[in-house]
Amino acid sequence: MTAAPTTPPKHARSGGWDNFQRKYAPYIFISPFFLLFFAFGLFPIIFNAYLSVHSWQPGSGLGDMEFVGLRNFTDNLTDPTFWLSLKNTAILAVESGLPQHLIAIPLAFAINMGLKRAQSFITAVYFLPYITSVVAISVIFFTLFSWQYGVLNAALNSLHHIPVLGVLFPGEKVNWLGERAFVQPSIAMVIVWRYVGWNMLLYLSGLQAIPGELYEAAAVDGATRSEQFRFITLPLLRPTIFLAVTLSLIGGFQLFEEPFILTNGGGGVGQAGLTTIMYMFRTYNAYSDAGVAAAMAWLLFIVIGALTIVNNLLFGRSGMGSNEAPR
Amino acid sequence: MTSTPLTAPQTSRRTISGKRPMSRAASILLLALGGVLTLAPFYFMFIFATHPRQEIFSLPPPVWFGSNLEANYDSLLSRMPFWRNLWNSLYLAVLTTGTTLFFCTLGGYAFAMYEFKGKGWLFGLLLATLLIPSTLNIVPYALIMQALGWIDAPRALWVPGMASAFGIFLMRQYIGSAIPRELVEAARIDGATEFTTFRKVIVPLTGPAMATLGLVTFVQSWNNFLGPLIIFRSQDTYTAPLALRTLQGIANTDWGALMCGVALTVVPLLILFAFASRRLIDGLTSGALKG
Repeated sequence: MTAAPTTPPKHARSGGWDNFQRKYAPYIFISPFFLLFFAFGLFPIIFNAYLSVHSWQPGSGLGDMEFVGLRNFTDNLTDPTFWLSLKNTAILAVESGLPQHLIAIPLAFAINMGLKRAQSFITAVYFLPYITSVVAISVIFFTLFSWQYGVLNAALNSLHHIPVLGVLFPGEKVNWLGERAFVQPSIAMVIVWRYVGWNMLLYLSGLQAIPGELYEAAAVDGATRSEQFRFITLPLLRPTIFLAVTLSLIGGFQLFEEPFILTNGGGGVGQAGLTTIMYMFRTYNAYSDAGVAAAMAWLLFIVIGALTIVNNLLFGRSGMGSNEAPR
Repeated sequence: MTSTPLTAPQTSRRTISGKRPMSRAASILLLALGGVLTLAPFYFMFIFATHPRQEIFSLPPPVWFGSNLEANYDSLLSRMPFWRNLWNSLYLAVLTTGTTLFFCTLGGYAFAMYEFKGKGWLFGLLLATLLIPSTLNIVPYALIMQALGWIDAPRALWVPGMASAFGIFLMRQYIGSAIPRELVEAARIDGATEFTTFRKVIVPLTGPAMATLGLVTFVQSWNNFLGPLIIFRSQDTYTAPLALRTLQGIANTDWGALMCGVALTVVPLLILFAFASRRLIDGLTSGALKG
């Protein structure tokens, strides 16, 4: 595009009002967002910082806040349930995050390989779970996960009776949400199901940005399909992988809705499904301890921030294009 | 990037795949299997909506439609003001989407077409807000809404949702790349005010990006759970997902009725998506992610 002058041309009518409104228009146009951001984005953060060093029971009025220094933080750090929730969150983030990408990349690759015409349809199918409400999804899965009468166990059972291949599937019914060891994998399964399509879409757009002539040239030079994947696709897909993994990481550490509904709000057997955000919500809502909940938010924020930075140092730099947001 | 001469770049991948029917078959098989697994829960949602509780939890589970849909629907309506809840969801989603479209297009236009003092760091600030995990602010958000007296009021959700950094970013990308500056200049020379230029020149040309942003915003609002969970305290103000969730909490849950409600909440989105999926997906991949 040609660079057009941005100041009004000399011959334009240049009355006082014209200049005035032209000069201030952009500020007025962007002000709604910034006003909302200051009121409902920035102010809550500052308020959260203030809350985190005060003791306060909501409902008793703002005057009853009492400064307690870092006590809310130490309360959290000495609370075994906080650590349990953090551990649960980390396990869930990995258990749900890793498979998402390991499934989404081959799927995107398969679509990109030779199914151009059906692409919109296939992508739409895989994208459906992402646009469906978590409540709906969790309610559906709750019934599918049912121990004695669930579809999932029934399906696994019939797969078990297939000759040879059957050994891969359990012969006994799995108590998905009723046994401690299965609570996290069950929740992770739902999250994987929900986000594979979203990640596939990200990877598909990354793959389509790779010029076809690169593969052409490699094929001429005698590179096999797997070599093309290793030496062309993976390196050029790296910025997309970095972006997608970062998004999963940030999302994974904020898990709330899926575990909340699948465990009926309680965290499930042995609290295995209690994530930190769930515990924070409980601390505020049921225990009425706003200060401790605010401190918990900051601790989780620090964890997320640290992980994002580590992720960035490990995978971000060399592969990052110029399009990403500045750090 | 390559030194080799370019040969028919558009058809290259087709040619490669055409030579290897096996890998193409494997791709199709893989995608079909994944597709079935993706759609299966939706299928069972519709199946279960037509069965009474004892049939949903029976062995083998039902795999075809039953005859209990009407009874499930009646049971649903006897347990909660379902249509009222659905209306609340719609009201919130429409208001949020409408205001977001207006303010984000306006903001995106300013960032795409104007040069002004502080533009660089204001845009940087806007991008930075995308990185703040908003879930962490639940407690102050709840307290602020309580202080404002907005508990149980829909405005506690749609007012903060009137504009989003993502939306402004998306609109700026689109306006900057799809609309020539000469058009804006021409409107100015003709004596249009800045807002008239926006309304008459920019808005009619941003349809595709608005469709994407509108869909994303609508879906997000429709499916929001945590926000309504904090704000709404009475059955009459509940949004549909929130109302359905309370039905689950009861000891003797009527799963047929619950599944019927879930299906009724999901169907509007499925219909919307059927008409707009291509546009939504194209917009998300081309506008938001590429520069």
